[in-house]
Amino acid sequence: MSLIQVNDLVVMFGPVAAVRGVSFHVEEGESYGIVGESGSGKSTVLRAICGLAPTSAGEIRLDGKVLSAPRHPDFYRRVQMVFQDPYASLHPRHTVDRVLSEPLAIHGFKDREARIEQALEDVGLGHGFRFRYPHQLSGGQRQRVAIARALILEPRVLLLDEPTSALDASIQAEVLNLLDRLRGERGLTYILVSHDLAVVAHMCERLMVMQHGQVVEELTRARLQAHDATEPYTRDLLLASEGYRPLTARA
Amino acid sequence: MSDREWLLTEQPASRRQARLGQAYRRWLALRRNGLALVGLGIVVALILVAIFAPLLAPYDPIAGGDLRLDRLLPPSWAHPFGTDDLARDIFSRVIYGSRLTLMVVILVALIATPIGLLVGTTAGYLGGWVDVVLMRITDIFLAFPRLVLALAFVAALGPGIENAILAIAVTSWPPYARLARAETLTVRDSDFISAIRLQGASSARILWGHVTPLCLSSVIVRVTLDMAGIILTAAGLGFLGLGAQPPLPEWGAMIAGGRRFIIDQWWVSTMPGVAIFVVSLGFNLLGDGLRDVLDPKARK
Repeated sequence: MSLIQVNDLVVMFGPVAAVRGVSFHVEEGESYGIVGESGSGKSTVLRAICGLAPTSAGEIRLDGKVLSAPRHPDFYRRVQMVFQDPYASLHPRHTVDRVLSEPLAIHGFKDREARIEQALEDVGLGHGFRFRYPHQLSGGQRQRVAIARALILEPRVLLLDEPTSALDASIQAEVLNLLDRLRGERGLTYILVSHDLAVVAHMCERLMVMQHGQVVEELTRARLQAHDATEPYTRDLLLASEGYRPLTARA
Repeated sequence: MSDREWLLTEQPASRRQARLGQAYRRWLALRRNGLALVGLGIVVALILVAIFAPLLAPYDPIAGGDLRLDRLLPPSWAHPFGTDDLARDIFSRVIYGSRLTLMVVILVALIATPIGLLVGTTAGYLGGWVDVVLMRITDIFLAFPRLVLALAFVAALGPGIENAILAIAVTSWPPYARLARAETLTVRDSDFISAIRLQGASSARILWGHVTPLCLSSVIVRVTLDMAGIILTAAGLGFLGLGAQPPLPEWGAMIAGGRRFIIDQWWVSTMPGVAIFVVSLGFNLLGDGLRDVLDPKARK
């Protein structure tokens, strides 16, 4: 049985269908990628899984059980999310300490002090960062705080919504390595949304390509690296990911 | 390490240090604004005068002097602001009047701000029919001119300073509700609110701990700027005889008492009028300064 199973998911925003009948499954401990251009509905799939977007039709199962709307409080201890923009995902008036202690308070954890220190340690931030405000942190540091916040409840699944696209290249690699390490240490399951094929190829064993709210095709990492795509749209994406080439060189 | 370095460090070691550091940065920003400091000075002076009124006032504010000799005396060394038609020292009455003014201002702020915040953030965050119902109620209150609605309340409840405060509070929360709702709408769909929802926080927790702090600064600025209006409304009610009742030394009522002599004994109405003017100006200047310091959009 798969850990997460999405069957014929449809998400409507008013009359607009952002996601139109998407199905996929993710195994325990796997890292699964969702790739597509802007507006392809890839982020909406993630938001539907965690309940931030409405499920208009179809079903989402976690551990074989259909998820209810609104989600049961227990759900949030098993599934957490890291957002794209670290400048928007931290409360501007809360210190790092407050950001991390809030989920612990909501779920009634006792050993908060130790957990906060440990969470900061795990994402490579020392004690000196604990009482800073977000405006005293760089983008990469903020994203580390966001990852620490997502992990502090010890979830099994992490939903990553373009976790590095708002960061510059050198910081991107650091954050990706951090995510890779954490997955290895804790046996986490990732669903990673990205428009960057290189990131997905680095992070994910399997991936799904989306366009216009629908699945174009599913690929394994080996097939992606061999450029063995059947659909023309995927081939276009692969070509585009190699970067800009002058017309004359291609001809 | 000096106190200043301790406050401004980029790596605070405790919750308290982080909070004090933030407050100190705000103070430094406020200090750069000269006019705001003047406003702050006036407000602090008002508070001090109210606290130490018995020490500062040379005469009793209610019992007058000799009615045959001391009525309507012009300003002199014995009576710096002169005396009124009941031979009371106007300087002492203005000093004691600061207590009433301060009481009105503080009570109105304490009643109206929480109501406005609660209504506005709830309407903005929950949306849907809650929003519609709450905002239409707000609209109804906004549709009446403030003084007229306050007059109606006082007329119904009976004249007196307590009812005047209640009437002003009831009429002054709608703008704060509007403001809080607008601020809430700008943050409600942001990622950090989504993030806390994903941690399983209840709506009440999100409203109180995450949305309200972001609305608070603009509402505080607005309340401070409204203080002048509140003082003027209280004075207006007093002037019309519906606020503080004689012999309470309320500034508006004092102006009303002196209007019969305005041509020949100008000081009777002028002195409390100047007091109202100075205090209103002080609150306005302070509010302007606070806006620069507290507005989250103004700086970083």
